[in-house]
Amino acid sequence: MSATRVVLMSDTSSTQKTVLYSLHVELGAKMVPFAGYDMPVQYPDGILNEHLHTREAAGLFDVSHMGQVVISGENTAQAIEALIPGDIQALSPGEMRYSFLTNNQGGILDDLIVTRRENDLFVVVNAACKEQDIALLANGLAGKAEVTELTDRALVALQGPKAAAVLSRFAPEVATMSFMNYREVEIEGVSCFVTRSGYTGEDGFEISIPNKQAEAICRKLLGESEVKPIGLGARDSLRLEAGLCLYGHDKTESTTPISACLIRAISKRRREEGGFPGSEIIQTEIANKPAVKRVGILPEGRAPAREHTEITDEAGNVIGEITSGGFSPSLGIPIAMGYVPLDFSAVGTKINLLVRGKPRPAVVAKMPFVEQRYYRG
Amino acid sequence: MSYKFTEDHEWVLLEGDVATIGISDYAQGQLGDVVYVEVPTVGDEIAKGDELAVVESVKAASEVYSPVSGEVIDVNTELEGAPTMVNEDAMESGWFARIKVTNSSDLDDLMDEATYKTFVEGLDE
Repeated sequence: MSATRVVLMSDTSSTQKTVLYSLHVELGAKMVPFAGYDMPVQYPDGILNEHLHTREAAGLFDVSHMGQVVISGENTAQAIEALIPGDIQALSPGEMRYSFLTNNQGGILDDLIVTRRENDLFVVVNAACKEQDIALLANGLAGKAEVTELTDRALVALQGPKAAAVLSRFAPEVATMSFMNYREVEIEGVSCFVTRSGYTGEDGFEISIPNKQAEAICRKLLGESEVKPIGLGARDSLRLEAGLCLYGHDKTESTTPISACLIRAISKRRREEGGFPGSEIIQTEIANKPAVKRVGILPEGRAPAREHTEITDEAGNVIGEITSGGFSPSLGIPIAMGYVPLDFSAVGTKINLLVRGKPRPAVVAKMPFVEQRYYRG
Repeated sequence: MSYKFTEDHEWVLLEGDVATIGISDYAQGQLGDVVYVEVPTVGDEIAKGDELAVVESVKAASEVYSPVSGEVIDVNTELEGAPTMVNEDAMESGWFARIKVTNSSDLDDLMDEATYKTFVEGLDE
């Protein structure tokens, strides 16, 4: 068997560890290298059970490999808009927005979350792009703002319908927070940055904790009956069900926010004014529609169609590629997303997927596959 | 009649000239929850080392290679509706295919159960 061998031979000697590493090992996690970090892909319960538990109760994820960055200076909200299409000036302190760094071709260099705080911006970026992003922000904001990576903090996500009930036992004020809002709260006497956000489609929180207290606070959260530790495997299947795209797969340097169907992340003002890298190209795509578009795909039958599976029209011509695909534990069927020309992007369009060389019927489907359940107050 | 194993974690059970093939309990544990198994078609001629089946877990697809050459004479159609049989009973009801072997000496270089057990213990260290 091929894949098993790959897992066994994975080399972890050059990877970094998060401060929660020994806790993962103690909990029986299977550790794998991911974005330069040794991360838990699953715990003994397995991906399927971890996934379903998060949808039913609450799951705790270590996302400390992601970059936490503070941007301080005068008019930082205005300054950062030269690098991203997000409307940061429209945010009040305590509000946050999903955005991305773009290149001069309008391609996506990474996605990120920007929180406007009273005196600065708090930014979370992907682990794999961390160094590039920080350099880009530092260069782009040179002379205007200071960019500092918070290497002294861990980041965990508590996700699921019971997340709010659990976290409000430790910090009652989080119960009334709305989706995409930020607060600094004390948990067990430790000052934490809490956002009502996540990447599973469920209600939940991301919690930034000083490294020294991170393990103790995670143990407290895991001590609550609703909470189980969840690995990267289930994190991936949860975000796919929620129709959320993964950087480096469903969006890359060569996909624009418009073809990736992320236009909602660009406000009316920013669409009109532009003023970010590649804005002219993105404005043209908004006016003329993009050539290809990210869509949801439901394969018929039970065979999952994985990333890089070719998509053909019914006549057999290759028209695109799957960018994320797997099995939906919640629905019990395979699900996928990929790029197709605009003419094939309507929900219900019949396509074929070349799974191991054999064409298998599939249909363009509405996303999210599983309803998002964010708390909007 | 006894189980033989490959280094890629397939098992073979030869009865007369018919080999039943599956993956080991260790392999199913490594893969995690199996959600789909693609088995070959009855009548397929398979050469030793060819892809015989594909096992899909939530996370990934893994190819299963045939340890023997011969003709596929039976496949486990129950796996289509119940792929988790591979997790629950890898060594018996989770079998993939039966092959009428051309040359039983294909099994000569495979490990017996005790050797395979030692081999797997070595991998976990």
